[in-house]
Amino acid sequence: MRNPLSDKVVAIQPSGIRKFFDIVSEMKDAISLGVGEPDFDTPWRIREEGIYSLEKGRTFYTSNAGLKELREEICNYLGRKYGLKYQPGQILVTVGGSEAIDIGLRAMINPGEEVIIPQPSYVSYLPCAVLADAKPVIVNLKEENQFKLTAQELREVITDKTKVLILPFPNNPTGGIMNREELEEIAKVIIEKDIFVISDEIYSELTYQGKHVSIASIPGMAERTIVINGFSKAFAMTGWRLGYAAGPEEIIKQMIKIHQFAIMCAPTNSQFAAVEALKNCDEEVEKMVEAYNQRRRYLLHAFKEIGLDCFEPFGAFYVFPSIKKFGMTSEEFATRLLNEEKVAVVPGTAFGDCGEGFLRISYAYSIDNLKTAIMRLGNFVKRLETVD
Amino acid sequence: MREKILAMLEQNGRIDLKDLAVMLDMDEAALANEIAQMEKEHIICGYNTIINWDKTTEEKVTALIEVKVTPQRGHGFDSIAERIYNYNEVSSLYLMSGGFDFTVIIEGKSMKSVALFVSSKLATIDEVISTSTHFVLKKYKVYGMKGYW
Repeated sequence: MRNPLSDKVVAIQPSGIRKFFDIVSEMKDAISLGVGEPDFDTPWRIREEGIYSLEKGRTFYTSNAGLKELREEICNYLGRKYGLKYQPGQILVTVGGSEAIDIGLRAMINPGEEVIIPQPSYVSYLPCAVLADAKPVIVNLKEENQFKLTAQELREVITDKTKVLILPFPNNPTGGIMNREELEEIAKVIIEKDIFVISDEIYSELTYQGKHVSIASIPGMAERTIVINGFSKAFAMTGWRLGYAAGPEEIIKQMIKIHQFAIMCAPTNSQFAAVEALKNCDEEVEKMVEAYNQRRRYLLHAFKEIGLDCFEPFGAFYVFPSIKKFGMTSEEFATRLLNEEKVAVVPGTAFGDCGEGFLRISYAYSIDNLKTAIMRLGNFVKRLETVD
Repeated sequence: MREKILAMLEQNGRIDLKDLAVMLDMDEAALANEIAQMEKEHIICGYNTIINWDKTTEEKVTALIEVKVTPQRGHGFDSIAERIYNYNEVSSLYLMSGGFDFTVIIEGKSMKSVALFVSSKLATIDEVISTSTHFVLKKYKVYGMKGYW
């Protein structure tokens, strides 16, 4: 029989995040600080809207781009939150932000064009770029820059083939954010070199030092940026699978084509519930953000006490402590921590080679959970130090 | 900041002060001081425990009693209220808008003891025009806590 598989697909590595969690689910008393998913339930008023929508029999397809009402609300939301000006025709509602990343790249890339991917970052950029026949170009972000992308770093990797920069802030896994001045520096390079940006802003609601700034709000950038956002992180709606892309109509139109043939439309029920999320849930989101912030402070304080180095992250719900001083790889550290203390974290290397020497720890868990985990982590660190 | 402290204490009155200080980005001594000050000002009036008595051997019934009264010249509702709330059986008392005046919440040992209290103590107060007693059959959510009842 002939080889039934695509070489391109076979060459792609499966996600490094999941590996540990298969072990965790079978280990008694194990605590996982690994999954990038809010521990809150979706606010009841959103769930209730979903139920109501089913009772009403709204079970048909929506238009390919998504419900008009939802796209209008997305425009309002992006306007009032981030000062972005979009028309409903510039919005595509997708199955999670991940779909938007995938089809955004596919709509923009010709074979061999280069996509710049800063790392450490979310695991899907690289495979999506590869599947879109792009040549991925990695920029290794540095801890001393708080894992921000600098204009200098960007300039160094731009070639004539560069087409798209993926800008993943607030960042998973580092928790790093970029402020307006820093984005302006990036924007200058982008405009000068005439390239485009896919800005993954899925964690935009979760910032703890001033409001999130979208690069698309910087003059001259809206026409060359696809903003990606969604409902999973801000509204604790991961399972509803709903995200969106906002950008120039010219690009969105091509994305709609791929979406129309591959997906048809995002889940109708989720779309109706999402309208409620955007309209009436500011207070609920605020409460969740406050809770995340309290946990973030708790963890950073606890790291200091147990002697784990960590730069202060101001976004998402991750901390990214350094374990370099213990003289082992992230993978070794994480494996031993799981086996010896039953705490699961993700090795930084799951998010790129430059994540070596770091761990991603999620604080989307209750304080009680975090407390127990910190105690165990503290024991582990103490043991490592006494052995040395 | 006071509101943030209160919101946290309202959720968990026994939260570790050291943790709370870290979570709210405050100095621990300053936090303790602020809480003591709010206790002094009676913003914080006490620390309760939320108990599901149904899971104990103790028999308890809760009743809501709607009471209509004739307010007194010069005292309005306040002196009648005082006569009612001084009974230990009364756990809460509210003056209401609408069709009746007071909601009296009573925790008693049995329906009979509650009924006896109403007929012998509450209904016999001169200014009380009428009472209507409603017994709680099942609790679903108490003080924001669900799933325990």
